[in-house]
Amino acid sequence: MSSASPVINPALGIAPITVPTKSMGGSLRAVKIVMQRELIRFREDRIRIVTTLLQPLLYIFVTGTGLSVLTRNNSIVNLRTFIYPGALAMSVMFTAMFSAGSIVWDREFGFMREMLVAPVSRTAIVIGKGLGGTVVATFQAVIVLCVAGLAGVPYSPTLLIEILFEAALLAFALTAFGIVAAVRVTTFQGFMGMTQMLIMPLFFTSGAMFPLSKLPTWLAIITRINPLTYAIDPIRRAVFAHLLIPASVREIYAPGVTWDGWRVPTIVELVIIAAMGVVLLGIGILQFQKVE
Amino acid sequence: MKEKTLPAVDSANNLISRDPEPGEVSETQGASETQWAVRTSNLSKAYGEIIAVNAIDLGVAAGETFGFLGPNGAGKSTTIKMLCTLVRPTDGQAYVAGYNVTKNRDAVRRNIGLVFQEPTLDSYLSAEQNLKFHADLYGMKRSIVASRIREVLEMVGLWERRESKVSTFSGGMKRRLEIARGLLHSPKVLFLDEPTVGLDPQTRSSIWSYINNLHETEEITIFMTTHYMDEAEYCDRIAIMDKGQIVALGSPAELKGAVGKDRITMEVNEVQRTIESIDKTFGIRAELREGVVSINVEDGARFVPRLFNELDVPIRSISVSRPSLDDVFLSYTGTTIREAESAGPADFVKTMLAAQARR
Ligand SMILES: Nc1ncnc2c1ncn2[C@@H]1O[C@H](COP(=O)(O)OP(=O)(O)OP(=O)(O)O)[C@@H](O)[C@H]1O
Ligand SMILES: [Mg+2]
Repeated sequence: MSSASPVINPALGIAPITVPTKSMGGSLRAVKIVMQRELIRFREDRIRIVTTLLQPLLYIFVTGTGLSVLTRNNSIVNLRTFIYPGALAMSVMFTAMFSAGSIVWDREFGFMREMLVAPVSRTAIVIGKGLGGTVVATFQAVIVLCVAGLAGVPYSPTLLIEILFEAALLAFALTAFGIVAAVRVTTFQGFMGMTQMLIMPLFFTSGAMFPLSKLPTWLAIITRINPLTYAIDPIRRAVFAHLLIPASVREIYAPGVTWDGWRVPTIVELVIIAAMGVVLLGIGILQFQKVE
Repeated sequence: MKEKTLPAVDSANNLISRDPEPGEVSETQGASETQWAVRTSNLSKAYGEIIAVNAIDLGVAAGETFGFLGPNGAGKSTTIKMLCTLVRPTDGQAYVAGYNVTKNRDAVRRNIGLVFQEPTLDSYLSAEQNLKFHADLYGMKRSIVASRIREVLEMVGLWERRESKVSTFSGGMKRRLEIARGLLHSPKVLFLDEPTVGLDPQTRSSIWSYINNLHETEEITIFMTTHYMDEAEYCDRIAIMDKGQIVALGSPAELKGAVGKDRITMEVNEVQRTIESIDKTFGIRAELREGVVSINVEDGARFVPRLFNELDVPIRSISVSRPSLDDVFLSYTGTTIREAESAGPADFVKTMLAAQARR
């Protein structure tokens, strides 16, 4: 069997393999493998890729086309284009949350123990999960970007790159959010229910389905508090900046977020999302230290 | 059964020796302690009202195969979880491979391999991917990972199936893969929590032959739990655990020797009359266990003829056995392990409630 192997030498009576002490390199390797596992699982899970693609398609083509009936005669902007950023965000959100939900899954089906008893820091495990979810959800955004043309969004390289970057930030923040939610839940079903409960209100109060100007005060306030607003708005502004339409029309469809009349620049919006992600991931790491 | 002497102090020290780490020296118990692969004192764990493990003192020598025997809920898994740093003891100390399980968790983790009672494989990954994941998590040197994966997979007979998803494996194959994974990083102490539970007899015996062969290929201490008596016979030493406490500790031969008496079991038609009649005739207390009347006597072979001569009840069949671990268990806990397992519904309900309370 193994007696001829160079690794184990029974004559010496010692197995020369030793597990090294904790190090930066070791932690990075742990981050990488935890992340890779998320990617492998995503790749294998074709059904998930299809279902999370179906959702945005429904929004874009059914809702978008249906609502267009109302504005057919007096609009030069396709409502599908208007809904596209929200639909993209929705797809990213669900993918990121479900990826984070693998924490619950792992615990329910035992694999979490394999990670918890390994000589790696829990921080590395959480960061690996966070990056894994980010990459997977960004990849989902790439798929949704492929159908951008059908929604009237131009395939301009700079636009695609900008959207992709913004989608990646959203993916990161949502994965971190999902991790914080997942650490406390014990069953995957419970987590699914919670995801629906959290994402839908966030989505509908974010301006994904309506422009952010001329809203009644209560709704304006809610949209300004909702962090998701600051993820969807930059994407919509980027899309509308690339459409050949008069500035006045652009102002109606993509007015941007204003704080007391001050128009929040894209860079600030992106910093808000990134900061949310970092803070949430930090909370997730702290919570995860206590898991037994 | 196999005869194995405990390793000499020299090789034991060799086994435990390692590069000192900062903050570690003070945790070891001095040179004389290092020959213990596992050492506990007063180790306890309480879950609220339930005392799962109650002040156990234990020493497992390096190189030993040590068995933990006991009925459901005895506290075996809880003890293992404390030793492998997954659960914090509520009292007492434990050292594994020379490191304190609460103060030096990472050092303990680097030196142990684990096979839990519940499966912990990722069934979406292939056998090889599961092992690769483990190797990376444990920071094994990259140059040896591939050859070592091959080695352990060949050891458990799964090399041909390395690319198959674990979800396509049978229960026994999964178990073997978990054992392979537990061994991958060449741990000094391997913990196996019921490695053969739910497997067919053939797979059970093949897993046991891997475990026994391990001592030839790896310098390793094995700490395992089981509630199969026949499996406990493979161990160098066993501890019998009941209700959170260790009630007996020794080699199987020692423990059986201590019981001393042979067991005579007989199938009869009239149980009650037989028991009374035995009591009247010989002054021996007979008991009904698992459907047969059984008595314990010094010399079974000589007693059977007397039984036939002097007893006036029909006997359908009779058998004499030397003391087995079942008898050992019986004499220390007052029940056979099977009786303890089929404990009353009250216990069952309690366990269910405890399980729900955890949710
Ligand atoms: N997380 C927990 N919370 C509450 N009680 C627990 C917990 N884990 C174990 N227990 C209790 O501790 C006791 C010992 O359980 P343990 O799992 O150690 O038994 P065991 O000897 O491994 O039994 P088995 O042979 O069934 O595996 C039981 O009464 C059990 O209900
Ligand atoms: Mg158990």
